[in-house]
Amino acid sequence: MTMADVRTWTAVCEVATVPKAFGVAALLSGGEQVAVFRTEAGEVYAIGNIDPIAGAAVLSRGIVGDAGGVPVVASPIYKERYDLRTGACLDDESVSVPSYPVRVTDGVIHVGSA
Amino acid sequence: MSRTLVVVGNGMVSHRLVEAVRAEDGHGAWRIVVLAEEPRPAYDRVGLSSYVGEWDATALELSGSGYDGDGHVELRLGDAVARIDREAKVVTTEAGFEQSYDALVLATGSYPFVPPVPGRDLPGCFVYRAIEDLDAIRAAAEQARSHRGRAAGAVVGGGLLGLEAAKALRDMGMSPHVIEMAPRLMPIQVDEGGGALLKRLVEGLDVTVHTGTSTSEIVEDRGRLLAKLGNGTELDLDLLVFSAGIRPRDQLARDAGLDVGERGGVVVDDRCRTSDPSVYAVGEVAAVEGTCYGLVAPGYTMAEIVAAQLAAGNDAATFPGADLSTKLKLLGVDVASFGDAHATTEGSLEVVVNDAVAGTYKKLVVSDDTKTLLGGILVGDASEYNTLRPLVGSELPGDPASIIGPAGGGGGIGVDALPDEAQICSCNNVTKGQITAAITEQSCDTVPKLKACTSAGTGCGSCVTMLPKLLTSCGVEVSKALCEHFTQSRAELFEIIAATRVTTFSELIAKHGKGSGCAICKPTVASILASMAPVIGADRHILDGEQAGLQDTNDHFLANMQKNGTYSVVPRVPGGEITPEKLIVLGEVASEFGLYTKITGGQRIDLFGATVDQLPHIWQRLVDAGFESGHAYGKALRTVKSCVGSTWCRYGVQDSVGMAVALELRYRGLRSPHKLKSAVSGCARECAEARGKDFGIIATDKGWNLYVCGNGGMTPRHADLLASDVDDEMLIKLIDRFLMFYIRTADRLQRTASWLEELEGGLDHLREVIVDDKLGICAELEEAMAAHVANYADEWKGVLDDPDKLARFTSFVNAPGTPDPTISFREEREQKLPVLLGIPAVTGDGRS
Repeated sequence: MTMADVRTWTAVCEVATVPKAFGVAALLSGGEQVAVFRTEAGEVYAIGNIDPIAGAAVLSRGIVGDAGGVPVVASPIYKERYDLRTGACLDDESVSVPSYPVRVTDGVIHVGSA
Repeated sequence: MSRTLVVVGNGMVSHRLVEAVRAEDGHGAWRIVVLAEEPRPAYDRVGLSSYVGEWDATALELSGSGYDGDGHVELRLGDAVARIDREAKVVTTEAGFEQSYDALVLATGSYPFVPPVPGRDLPGCFVYRAIEDLDAIRAAAEQARSHRGRAAGAVVGGGLLGLEAAKALRDMGMSPHVIEMAPRLMPIQVDEGGGALLKRLVEGLDVTVHTGTSTSEIVEDRGRLLAKLGNGTELDLDLLVFSAGIRPRDQLARDAGLDVGERGGVVVDDRCRTSDPSVYAVGEVAAVEGTCYGLVAPGYTMAEIVAAQLAAGNDAATFPGADLSTKLKLLGVDVASFGDAHATTEGSLEVVVNDAVAGTYKKLVVSDDTKTLLGGILVGDASEYNTLRPLVGSELPGDPASIIGPAGGGGGIGVDALPDEAQICSCNNVTKGQITAAITEQSCDTVPKLKACTSAGTGCGSCVTMLPKLLTSCGVEVSKALCEHFTQSRAELFEIIAATRVTTFSELIAKHGKGSGCAICKPTVASILASMAPVIGADRHILDGEQAGLQDTNDHFLANMQKNGTYSVVPRVPGGEITPEKLIVLGEVASEFGLYTKITGGQRIDLFGATVDQLPHIWQRLVDAGFESGHAYGKALRTVKSCVGSTWCRYGVQDSVGMAVALELRYRGLRSPHKLKSAVSGCARECAEARGKDFGIIATDKGWNLYVCGNGGMTPRHADLLASDVDDEMLIKLIDRFLMFYIRTADRLQRTASWLEELEGGLDHLREVIVDDKLGICAELEEAMAAHVANYADEWKGVLDDPDKLARFTSFVNAPGTPDPTISFREEREQKLPVLLGIPAVTGDGRS
């Protein structure tokens, strides 16, 4: 509980703004870029938007799907897949992106600082 | 000091000899002088009949036949050798050029046999041996056509070469007669039963066959030819081609006093040495222990044997005799003959299955105990040739009648029954054992890998169908599953969507797949839905509803993502034709939005460095100026390049720009398994590089030649000629069918070139399907294309007109209008270039 208290939450958009199996980019108050996704099942996740391999802020524009049931996004640059829950890269263990806590309040998605 | 090797003649075998000597002679001990009568370097004479249609002699070139850059080889063309002075070891050419030799190889080949028919030298009588012969036949045919609208031709000779010539005449638009003295066609290869069926099949192809009769006289008759046959038939002809066999060109050797055989040919021993120790003979002119061989493969073997002796001093290799087995497609009819086809072995038995309904004739020759295969003949369907020929001399795995009979399932023998030493690829001499070793030891698990590794299937291609069978027999599963969510291949999903009219991905995966999809299956299904939308009633715009989430980022933002996450914009410029006003708009837009500009290879202009939120603003300007999406971002038709064509060019014979514009407008927006590129050239000079395209069109003075399945890229491939001299209407029909057939059946991300490579039956099958309509699907393919054309709408206009779609083009959902802080540019050559995160530009040398 104490951790949650020091977190800064940024309101991103209404859930309805993000169609299922889709992503959007958002800017956190600290200037970090996050990619916010809604899966086919309706779950909402947020991970860093910058593809660590390509060095470009593009992950929100990747295709959302699953790999053996794990929710993933595939980078639109070279197609590496990232676990939406943890930010781990499934295709290259040496890289990962930060993952961010998410909560939905009154139909609005909020992303917390990492 | 090097020694001099003189090679007389410059055919395929001569070329192989020079190559083999050069390959083994690392120290350059030999200087090679090749003296040739023909005006051009060695070419693929075996493929001579393919010259008809394209009339492109460069397509027959053998690689390296000019010996450019090889200082050890001198090639003198167009000057035949007139005599050999064996005592002085000097040869003299017709032009008087003298050349001394330390070793001399005669590779003069053979000449066409012309029976001593009165009138055989009349104008209009030809032989069938060299490119120049075909040019002359073509000229005569065209002259006749210009006088009478049609040319009538006949071929004397119904053997292999005669039927080749008949095919050439047919490809030139004639309905030829074939005159064969023997009671059947191809008397050497097939027996009476096979010959009868062959005659029936060939006659079904507009060829009139006269067997058991000869040509007794040819006379001139009112500017044409009248051929009188022994059986009383008279034929009115414009031209007549003698293609009745060949004879060794041994006159030079006779004059020089070398031993020649009773039936001609320079007598050589099993190491190809003549009666003079300094002189060798190879190829069709050589009578190896009395026998001349009219095939290229034994000639190549002789060339290798002589090269080993000269370059490596190795005389261990001897001529092993030749496998005269043949498998051919003559006039579209399969004919194969192998081993002891005529059952000359004592006590041999013949097992014949003659299926008049199916149009097949199959005969196996077996030993008296019926266990050992000795030979056979296959007419009409030679698919079992690949498994039967390697078994000659071995024990048959079953009862011979059941192997070739319909009762045996017609499947012949499985690959498992073949011994390891069985030769699978006879062009490159690759055995079953070598192929299975490549599969099991070098982990070649696909057909393309096997081809690259073993060279099997890279010659005539007839054994390619064996490769997947060998993969399966080695336990390699050739999985067609698209991804973990679908066990079906792309082509199967296409059929499911077409048949069940499923219009959404979610319905398709719920019924036919599992999970929620991925970056492989989603764009694949999106592409199929887009290709079929007007037929199945799916959403028309690729960003409508659920479809938007299926698209790759390029399709999703209708622009091409570049490495820093910005996009490039390519408006359509059909055929590369653009007005100055539009050109100015492109410059203004680029300047206003600060975009890097570059001319593409497809004759249009690419504008780089646009951010997501800039795209709609850029496109509003472009659409207002009359531009539309160029689909550079899609697996779709890209451009139809063109040369300037007959409207401006002094050499153009058709309006290539007009055709390119028409084709680009017809097929724009067509989604396909991979990108599609095209080009139209206005004459044979081919300035538009159409043969490097998925479908390329080259103008002729009579219409258009259509080439298919070429590409540039990592594995360049020239497109193959599919149809020649077609008119505008037929051209478009054929392209409609071709594209729709490809879209239906190709794998994901499979360009047309590799699709054709894997298509069973290859180009012949493709032609059967889309030209001859053998599967009866052409009307359906044309309808699907007509629906596409009727329903085309500009995708970018569709976005600009729809606020919901426009809303997606935003940098940050919670801060629209804020530029992405990670995107920055630097300047070079007066334009901006991207700077990547954490990869700062190195100043100084201007490179990053």
